[in-house]
Amino acid sequence: MHFQHEILGGVLIGAGSAIPLLFEARIAGISGYAESAMRPGSKQGRNAVVFLLGLVLSGLLWRLFGQTLPDPQHNLIPPYPWPIAGFLVGFGARLSGGCTSGHGVCGLGRASPRSLVAVIVFMSVAMITTFILSAWL
Amino acid sequence: MKNIIYLLSGIIFGLGLALSGMIDPLKVKGFLAVTTPAWNPALIFVLGSAVVVYFIAFQLLRFRKKSLNGEPLQNPSTRPLSIKLLLGAAIFGIGWGLVGICPGPAIVHMAFLDKNFALFLVAMFAGIELNARLPFTR
Repeated sequence: MHFQHEILGGVLIGAGSAIPLLFEARIAGISGYAESAMRPGSKQGRNAVVFLLGLVLSGLLWRLFGQTLPDPQHNLIPPYPWPIAGFLVGFGARLSGGCTSGHGVCGLGRASPRSLVAVIVFMSVAMITTFILSAWL
Repeated sequence: MKNIIYLLSGIIFGLGLALSGMIDPLKVKGFLAVTTPAWNPALIFVLGSAVVVYFIAFQLLRFRKKSLNGEPLQNPSTRPLSIKLLLGAAIFGIGWGLVGICPGPAIVHMAFLDKNFALFLVAMFAGIELNARLPFTR
């Protein structure tokens, strides 16, 4: 099988989303956690901070086990779109109520029609954006 | 106990992002570049398997009606489609398409101390906060 890393990685992503669901009925994607984490005084906020801490720890573990980025060539992407992209990703995800994990994993996993629409829209727009960029550069 | 649940969930989720290649912007760009001969559809398996795992957990919870700590299951999917959903998803799509990075990988990347990712992350939190503060986005 050629896609074992993708499939196992997806299972881990699904499990990381499903554990807070099973234990606490918490339905949240990463952008939802990120917004909650901005208000660490609340109960949900504290949990979100701990979850995001786990994400950073996973990156450190990934490095500890000798794994680096598959390809550091992403630096070829010029620096100016990074903050623009970050702003659009953060603002857009919260305006629509979810990102790749919130609408993608949790939303599709709950068979939510709204999330299906959101996933189709953001994937198509991302593909069109990539196409326009490649035509330009 | 609660902290352990959320910490472990974050670690497992992040390892999944790393293993699957979602933290590699070039791989994500390769997935989004549908019109090129170099198109790499592998990442669709990431979404597919994650959705299957979450679907099973959700059915389990629907069957039990309550989570392990006794919280009732809420299903927020009954709200009608809104212009905010469509517009937000389109804005998110432009950002994702620009560099091939979505929120989870951006946070995992804090461990790699990369300047571009740091710029992305700060701007992402600014975007999240702006949306939370504008009166008409709620």
